[in-house]
Amino acid sequence: MEQIIFYILAIVTLIATVLAISEKHPVHAILYLVTSLFAMAVIFYLFMAPLVAAFEVILYAGAIMVLFLFVIMMLDLGHPEKGLSPHWKEWLPSLLLAGISIASLTIVTVSRHASSIVSPVSLPIREVAKRLFQEHGLAVELISLQLLFALVGALYLGKQSSPSPPLRPPSASERRAGGEEK
Amino acid sequence: MIVPLEHILVLAGLLFFLGMAGLLTWRANMIMMLVCIEVMLNAVMLVAVGGSARWGNADGQLFAIFIMALTSSEVSLALAMVVYLHRRKRTVDTDLFSELKG
Repeated sequence: MEQIIFYILAIVTLIATVLAISEKHPVHAILYLVTSLFAMAVIFYLFMAPLVAAFEVILYAGAIMVLFLFVIMMLDLGHPEKGLSPHWKEWLPSLLLAGISIASLTIVTVSRHASSIVSPVSLPIREVAKRLFQEHGLAVELISLQLLFALVGALYLGKQSSPSPPLRPPSASERRAGGEEK
Repeated sequence: MIVPLEHILVLAGLLFFLGMAGLLTWRANMIMMLVCIEVMLNAVMLVAVGGSARWGNADGQLFAIFIMALTSSEVSLALAMVVYLHRRKRTVDTDLFSELKG
């Protein structure tokens, strides 16, 4: 039963990914990618990794993709007619290269004898957390530093380069202009 | 472990090379390049989790979580850079950002 669900989810993931990378509209591409990520989260759940599955939904589909959507909508990029989408001939060399790589990978993995299906081993979250904070404590610190650097860098890049005008109460003419706009 | 490891590797390879093909094709659009990089990193996470399930070791899941944290910081920086570049030239076309070309 679980094998069938895995293969169905694999097909859903592949189709959603193909649609995501071939879609000309960036917002539609992000939504297809969210579909792919949900299917991938269920695959992670089937592989006895519920923590990773939850993080996949919360972080990837919930935070990162919404960040993409915010930026696309804020910059007003959702116009495929502006001509940034590739011509179909541009797909040929990249698909050729990717096809060669996929074919070689498939041949190598299939030519070996298939590994036996071992019984599933359930990893409790307690053990995962123990491994994380006891053996990989330095990596956790490095990741936190990396997130701090990313925060500082994003703040620096997002800062307006021109100095903001000093705060002062709006004069009467400006107030009148603002009232007319409303 | 419900399916052989080879099938997981083939699925992850398909996803990874789909992302790579998209990255090579969408090289004029910065947003779609980032989307394709997401697809590739997701395939790497699938390999890590599959290995963790195959050998019953928690390190694969931890690597997947580390990759997720790495991706979130990478995306935040890259999208901040996209906003910055868009503020300068009103476009996300990578071919137009070539002032450093000698």
